[in-house]
Amino acid sequence: MTELQETASPEVATHGPKPVEGAGRASRNARSVVKHLVLIAVSVIMIYPLLWLLVSSFRPTDVIFRTPGLWLNDLITSNYTGGWTALAQPFGHYIVNSAIVVVGAVAGNLFACSMAAYAFARCRFRFKTLWFAVMLITVMVPVHVVLVPQYILFNNLGWVNTFVPLILPKFLATDSFFIFLMVQFIRGIPRELDEAARIDGCGHGRIFLRVMIPLMGPALATTAIFTFIWTWSDFFTPLIYLTDPNAYTVPVALKQFLDATSGSNWGAMFAMSIVTLVPLFVVFLFGQRFLVKGISTTGGK
Amino acid sequence: MSAISELSNIRTARGDRPRTREEKAALRRENGRDNKAAYLFLAPWFLGLVVITIGPMLASLYLSFTKYSLLQPPEWIGVQNYVDMLTDSRLHHSLKVTLIYVVVGVPLQLGFALAVAIVLDRGMRGLALYRSIFYLPSMLGGSVAIALLWRQMFGTEGLVNQILGAVGIQSTTGWVSDPSYALWTIILLHVWTFGSPMVIFLAGLRQIPVMYHEAAAVDGASRWTRFRRITLPLLSPIVFFNLVLQLINAFQSFTQAFVVSGGTGGPADSTLFYSLYLYQKGFGQFQMGYAAAMAWLLVLIIGVLTAVNFLLSKFWVFYDD
Repeated sequence: MTELQETASPEVATHGPKPVEGAGRASRNARSVVKHLVLIAVSVIMIYPLLWLLVSSFRPTDVIFRTPGLWLNDLITSNYTGGWTALAQPFGHYIVNSAIVVVGAVAGNLFACSMAAYAFARCRFRFKTLWFAVMLITVMVPVHVVLVPQYILFNNLGWVNTFVPLILPKFLATDSFFIFLMVQFIRGIPRELDEAARIDGCGHGRIFLRVMIPLMGPALATTAIFTFIWTWSDFFTPLIYLTDPNAYTVPVALKQFLDATSGSNWGAMFAMSIVTLVPLFVVFLFGQRFLVKGISTTGGK
Repeated sequence: MSAISELSNIRTARGDRPRTREEKAALRRENGRDNKAAYLFLAPWFLGLVVITIGPMLASLYLSFTKYSLLQPPEWIGVQNYVDMLTDSRLHHSLKVTLIYVVVGVPLQLGFALAVAIVLDRGMRGLALYRSIFYLPSMLGGSVAIALLWRQMFGTEGLVNQILGAVGIQSTTGWVSDPSYALWTIILLHVWTFGSPMVIFLAGLRQIPVMYHEAAAVDGASRWTRFRRITLPLLSPIVFFNLVLQLINAFQSFTQAFVVSGGTGGPADSTLFYSLYLYQKGFGQFQMGYAAAMAWLLVLIIGVLTAVNFLLSKFWVFYDD
């Protein structure tokens, strides 16, 4: 630590911010080329399986097992048409199920986490420090420890095989991580804005709705995107609460391919895998910008 | 990262403190109203805390001292479940599997994430494209589709063996069906998703003032010295944040092992992750009391590990505020 302060103290920095690299231009260029080559190699390894999955979904199953390459000789779409209807319900049914759960979860997290975050960031109340600590600690509680009693509770309420156990907890702000993310974000919003609104006679409700919510765009977007991706991919909770095949969400439905065909119809399985990955990919594509920004604000001091 | 500095030193926001006497008086007037509003805003969270978190936690603590199969009312058996855990060799094995996964997978993933983040300099050409490519797998990696792909890739006729064959290495190893390799394929899947800690590292690196590096370069510090003396200490809170979060997550891993092994934790229990075994006990064999006891052991492990992490952090995590 002390060594760091010696090297990095501001006094030293004022010596002059001229970057003096011993190496010449040529060697710097060489280093840059090597760097790009390494990065491209890593990139190829990273996305090769995904591309291969995509290409394989257009190949007959027996060809899948003979072709490591990405070249598509004879394109077929029967994997998609066959896979779509291979399970008890057409695959669209499971997509609708998943969509309901995702929309509910996103709405719940946006509603409940933003309210809790506003209180933690802007209100003064008794035991605030204690409650804030409790909120942070709940990030660390493993899901397994509440699993069994939660199941018993929802089972007794007759909610097993409904989407309530998957959605309701989000409306009760159980994803503390997002509360924390939003608290951090609100702290970065100038207090003068809500103080001005308060002088104009606004109460907390109106400050929250009229001042905070419109300014919280990036934090709300990050929460929505992450909730979308995690809920769409979530396998564990639906596996426990949804035992009726009609209620299956996409991940549980997809897993059925493994049971039903014992791996013999890889083509259909790959085609439906691609179908379930498309929404994630689209959200990733459009949301990436927000995610990177949202993560930076969480990390920001 | 500030999440961690706040956990280790919980305090209310500094901006909350009134500055002048008038502000103090105004605040006192508002306090009553504030208090009520705050509890209204927090109502959903409080309800969730009681009904979804703390209530079930207490119930699970109680259930861990019972024999309970869902069909009959719980029967109090004292510490029997915990005693049984001492001699449950599958449980010991599942702990070992999970530990190998955590101890190998987490540092590998974080090391890779940090290395790539450092190579991706700010302002470098194609930064956004590289970042997207590396980030994508971690967004998709938790899904069943990718776990199914993994199962195929490392199967007997899978992509990996095809590639090996194409370069002249004939292999008939079914990596996921061989007890000595199956766990490593899942560890590899974990490393493959290094993108999300990488993005957090990138955000942290951007906050290190360029002038520190420039000044050190003027003083003749080599790249390695600058990395060790500037980058690493200033990034240490973020390394710590990633480490704590990834450890907590890795201990709870489930989907990949479940799908790759077809729900069994096989072959020969080589991918029997702790949470998979807990699921089998609770929802396969309906030994809810035993599953609850297992969950509390997990809480204990994660709690102790996190505490040790925080204690050790005093020696290597550097906060400059």
